[in-house]
Amino acid sequence: MTQTHESAAHDHLKFYQVGSFAIGNRLLPLEVRSVQADPERNNAITSGHRACQGCGEALGARYAVDAAFRAAQGKLVAVNATGCLEVFSTPYPETSWRIAWLHSLFGNAPAVASGVAAAYKAMGRDDIRVLGQGGDGGTVDIGFGALSGMFERNDDVLYVCYDNEGYMNTGVQRSGATPPAARTMTTQAVGEAPGNPFGMGKDVPRIAMAHEIPYVATATVADLHDLEAKVTRAMEFRGARYIHVLVPCPLGWGSSSHDTIKVARAATQSGLFPVFEAERGDVTAVSRIRKRVPVEDYLRLQKRFAHLFTPERDEEVLAKLQARADRNIARYGLLGPDGDIEEGIAARRDELEGEGAQ
Amino acid sequence: MRQQIEGSQAVAQAVAACRPQVICAYPISPQTHIVETLSRLTKAGEVPGCEFMNVESEFAAMSVAIGASAAGARAYTATASQGLLFMVEAVYNASGLGLPIVMTVANRAIGAPINIWNDHSDAMSQRDSGWLQLYAETNQEAADLHVIAYRLAEELSLPVMVCMDGFILTHAVEEVDVPERDQVDAWLPPYAPRQVLDPDDAASIGAMVGPEAFTEVRYLAHARQMQALELIPQVCDSFQQHFGREAGGLVRPYRIDEDGQRAETVVVALGSVLGTIKDVVDARREQGESIGVLGIQSFRPFPMEAVRSALDGVRRVIVVEKAFSVGIGGIVASNLRMALDHLDIELRTVVAGLGGRPITTRSLHALFDRRDSLEPLEFLDLDRELVDRELERHAAGGRTGGAAENLLKDLGSVRSTPH
Ligand SMILES: Cc1ncc(C[n+]2csc(CCOP(=O)(O)OP(=O)(O)O)c2C)c(N)n1
Ligand code: SF4
Ligand SMILES: [Mg+2]
Repeated sequence: MTQTHESAAHDHLKFYQVGSFAIGNRLLPLEVRSVQADPERNNAITSGHRACQGCGEALGARYAVDAAFRAAQGKLVAVNATGCLEVFSTPYPETSWRIAWLHSLFGNAPAVASGVAAAYKAMGRDDIRVLGQGGDGGTVDIGFGALSGMFERNDDVLYVCYDNEGYMNTGVQRSGATPPAARTMTTQAVGEAPGNPFGMGKDVPRIAMAHEIPYVATATVADLHDLEAKVTRAMEFRGARYIHVLVPCPLGWGSSSHDTIKVARAATQSGLFPVFEAERGDVTAVSRIRKRVPVEDYLRLQKRFAHLFTPERDEEVLAKLQARADRNIARYGLLGPDGDIEEGIAARRDELEGEGAQ
Repeated sequence: MRQQIEGSQAVAQAVAACRPQVICAYPISPQTHIVETLSRLTKAGEVPGCEFMNVESEFAAMSVAIGASAAGARAYTATASQGLLFMVEAVYNASGLGLPIVMTVANRAIGAPINIWNDHSDAMSQRDSGWLQLYAETNQEAADLHVIAYRLAEELSLPVMVCMDGFILTHAVEEVDVPERDQVDAWLPPYAPRQVLDPDDAASIGAMVGPEAFTEVRYLAHARQMQALELIPQVCDSFQQHFGREAGGLVRPYRIDEDGQRAETVVVALGSVLGTIKDVVDARREQGESIGVLGIQSFRPFPMEAVRSALDGVRRVIVVEKAFSVGIGGIVASNLRMALDHLDIELRTVVAGLGGRPITTRSLHALFDRRDSLEPLEFLDLDRELVDRELERHAAGGRTGGAAENLLKDLGSVRSTPH
C-alpha cells in the first residue's frame, strides 16, 4: 500500500547541487541555513580526533551535536555509549568534546541519559537539554532494553543512533542492524549463503514509533542539512525523541573514504534506507527519492557485498535485496506521485548493462 | 522518632530524610518494601525535589543513578541477589567514575537454584567492586547507616553499599529511632560533587585510559578506600554526638576483653547473626568459657589494623559467614588471614545460614562445644546423608538429573516460593 505524506523538511527545494543533492546553503534564508555554515557554531567535536578517513559517524555526530547545541542555546549535556564515537574522541587525556560529555558503558547510554534528565528535573534545571548517543550495537542490541525503557517512560532525552550497521569499534562484527548478505567478521563471505543471513530485520525507528513517543526520524549523512533540520525539530519537543542516522563506515563496509556521502545517498535513492519523520507514532513526512537507483548501485560501492557480484552475480540474493528496497518505497511512498518503480529500475538496469558494468 | 516499624520502612524513611534527588527502583525480594515506601513518600510530596523512576531493570537502575549522580543529584537505589548481579557492570562503573551513590542491598542468596532467602552471597560477590560495604546488625543500624553512607560517599566521592539481611532485618518489625529530616539536615551537608556534568563548565567524564595511567587510577581507588578507614570512625563519632546514639564504626568487639583478659575464642561475623551469636556467647560466658565476638561492620574497606588489634592475643578465631568462595572456602576468613598475618591464631571457617537456613543458638552451641576439633572449613548443619546420596548418584554416571531437584525429591518436599 502506497501512502502519501507531506514532503520532508527540504523536499520541495529542487535547487540542489548537481550530483550531491545538498541544498545550496547560500540560496536559503538565513534562519534555515546550515548550523555548520555558521562561523559561531560550537564545533562540539573538534578536530584532531582519531576516526578513520571518511568516517560517516564522525561527520553525522558533528552535525547532529552542533545542531542540538544550537537548539539548546548551549545548555547541552551528552551521554555517549561505548563505540567508535567514544573511542576516537576521548583517548585520555585528550578529548574532542567541547560540550559536557559523559561516557559510562556500552549498553546503558539511554538509561544514563534518563538519569541525567531526571537529575536536572529534580534540580529545576529545565534549561539544560540531554542528548544520548551511540552506535547501532549500543542502541539496537545491547542498549535496546534501556532505550525502550527510556521511550516508554517518555524521559526527556533526544537519543541519536549512528548506524554503521555493525560493531565497528571491535573490528566489524555483525549487529542486529547489519543488513542481510553483508559480510562482517562474524558473518563471513564463505560457504552456502555467504554473509549475514536474511532474518526478520530489526527496524528500530519503527519500534521507536510503536512507543508513540513525540518524535522519531531517520536521516543520513547524504543530506546533512536534513539531519540538522531533524535534530532542530526534535529539540522542539520534550520527552523521548529518537533519530536514527545512517553513517557509512569505510573500514567496515569496504567503501572508499571519499565515497561516504555517495554510499549514503545510494542507500536512500535505492529505497534501502527510507528517510522519514514521525510524530506520536505516525509518519508525518518522507524524503522522496529524487533519482531512483537499483540496490545494485548501492551494493557495488561496498566490498562487504562483493560476493554478490563475483565470481558471479547472485541473482537470487540481489532480487531479495531489491524486494526489501521496493517494500520500503511502497510502505513510505518514497517515489511520490510521479515516480514509477518498475520503469525507473528497468531504465537504470539498461544503463548499467550498456556500460558493461560488472 | 522512636517507632515500632518494619526494617524496610525505617530504611526508606531514613533515606527520604537524606533528601535524595533521584531514586530509581526495580522490584526484587527482599528489597521491594523499601522502594515501595519511597515511591509512596515521593508521590505524596514528602521527599521534596525528588524524582522517583520506575526503570526496566537493575542495570538501568544503576545506570540512571550514575547519570543522576554525574549531573550533581543525590541518587539512591536498592536491590538484592539476582538484581545486584544484573547490574554488576554498572556497579563497577559507578565506583570507577567516583560517584557517591548509596544503595541498599537486602542480602539474599544467588541462584541457581533460585532462592529468595537471606545469605551474603550477593554483596560478597561485589566486594572487589570499589564500593564501600557496610553491614548492619540491627534495623536501627540499618537506618542510621544510610545517613552515614551519604556523608561518607560524598566526602570520599565513592559509592556506598549498605548491606542488611533480607527478611531477617528488612521484614522484621522492631523499635527504631528513625532519623528525622531536620536532624539529618543539620548533619548532612548538601551534595557538592567533585566533578559534575555542567554545560557552563564543559568536561569530558569517562574517557578512555590506557596502560600509561590505568594502574595509578586504580591505585587511587584503593587509596581512597584507605582514607575511608580513617573517615568511618570519625563520621560515626560525629553521628553519635549529633543523634545521641552509637552507630558502630569499623568493627564491633563484644566481650573480647573481660576481667583484664583477652578471650581464648573469638567468633567473627557480619550482619544480623551477630545478635544470635552474642546471646550464645553470653550464655557460654556464664558457664565460664572465655569467648567473645567481633562484628565487622565495614567489610570494604577491610579494617586490617582494627581487626588485628582486636584479635591479637586470642587463641582461636571462628568465622561464621553467610557466603563462601566455591573452590576454596571462607571469604571473610581469607580476609582475616591477611589481617592476622604472623599471629599465632587458629582460624576456623564455618559457612552458615545459606539460602535462609536459620542459624540457631542450639547449632551454635554445638559448634562451639567442638571448638577444639573443628575442621578448617565446615558447613553448619549440613545434611551429610542428603549430600552423600547425590554424590553416589553422580558417581554412578549417566543422566542423573539436576542436583537441586534430586535433593528436594529425597527430602520429599517440592515447594514453590514467590520471587
Ligand atoms: C558489555 C560490553 N560488551 C562488549 C563490549 C565491546 N565493545 C565495545 S564497542 C563495541 C562495538 C560498538 O558497536 P556500535 O555500538 O555499533 O558502535 P560503532 O563502534 O560501530 O560505532 C563492542 C562490541 C563492551 N565494551 N562492553
Ligand atoms: S571504523 Fe568506521 S565508524 Fe569507526 S572510526 Fe573508522 S570509519 Fe568511523
Ligand atoms: Mg556500529
